[in-house]
Amino acid sequence: MSTTPPPLMAESSGTATDPPVGLAALFIAFAKMSLAGFGGVLVWARRAIVEQHRWMTAEEFNETFALCHFLPGPNIVNLSVVFGARIRGIPGAIAASAGLLGPPVLIVIVLAMIYARYGDLDSLRRTLAGVSCVAVGLLFAVIARMMLPLLKKREPLSLLMMLAVFVAVGLMRWPLPTVLLVSVPASILLTIMMRRWSGA
Amino acid sequence: MNQTGIGTLWTVAWTFGLMSLFAVGGANSAIPEIHRIAVEVNHWLTDRQFADVFAISQLSPGPNVLIVTLIGYQVAGILGAMVATLFMCGPTAVVAYYVSRLLTRSAHAEWPGIVQAALVPLSIGLMSASGLIVMNSADTSIAAYSVTAVAAVLAFATRLNPLWLLVAGGLLGFAGIL
Repeated sequence: MSTTPPPLMAESSGTATDPPVGLAALFIAFAKMSLAGFGGVLVWARRAIVEQHRWMTAEEFNETFALCHFLPGPNIVNLSVVFGARIRGIPGAIAASAGLLGPPVLIVIVLAMIYARYGDLDSLRRTLAGVSCVAVGLLFAVIARMMLPLLKKREPLSLLMMLAVFVAVGLMRWPLPTVLLVSVPASILLTIMMRRWSGA
Repeated sequence: MNQTGIGTLWTVAWTFGLMSLFAVGGANSAIPEIHRIAVEVNHWLTDRQFADVFAISQLSPGPNVLIVTLIGYQVAGILGAMVATLFMCGPTAVVAYYVSRLLTRSAHAEWPGIVQAALVPLSIGLMSASGLIVMNSADTSIAAYSVTAVAAVLAFATRLNPLWLLVAGGLLGFAGIL
């Protein structure tokens, strides 16, 4: 019943018992996980930070990711900033996020140039069309994976919020800021009420 | 399309900077808003180009937010790509930095849990809307819908590297089956 998530950052930032991690090492580690990550970097980030380098325990990683998930913006970029900052302060944040974004941005710009030049070629169009069909499928798979815990909890109000946002943004095509200004406070209120009911 | 003016760059900068602050649940759930602004409001891309750009962003390594880099490039070349990426990531990175420092110090650990639990259904609803929108611009035939469905099932049920699925889709497309 009490599905309260673990408290965030209960301890002060004192993970570094080993010699401090170098900025170059941070940059390279994040560049590597970024370049390995097709269709999402999170899996690789976890593997590198927790299992390979042992820079964080699994719990610390989950807490950090939870924080980055509820903040706006690209989660994994936020994660690199928060993680880098915790290890080496602001320079660490810059090194980690530059490693995460720099190399793939260069690759994507090259791809964009190729697309701008040959985008009208019929064979490239057909190929890209095939890729995008699969890419849509991959997105649906990610959505299904994320929806599974929500379905298991059987909280009709959460599912209703989900559906409402889907209809407002996906079908009605209302602007996101408007939808969020209404739905975020509503959802927080419902969550508090649901916790009261189940707790008391 | 490639008119590189300070005005255009500025539009790209504030558009993505503002959007990032509303992108709860990451880049994938921001797709409906990116589509609305890039295709419907500003006419930077056609629907077909949007589907292409989405495909390229999935095909390349790195975080999903790179779709913004590609749109920036379409609008204003390399400079546009840089500006779009920087403004999509920068403001929220600063927010993340300060919030994480704040939370490290404070002992009030209940609120983040509540907010997070409240945001989960919203971000999944947004991602579902993303799925619908990219599907509408990508899938134009019954064969295309079936490829999407098969890819979704395979990616959900197996631990196959998504890259192989993308490559297979590209080959099917190249062969003219879709």
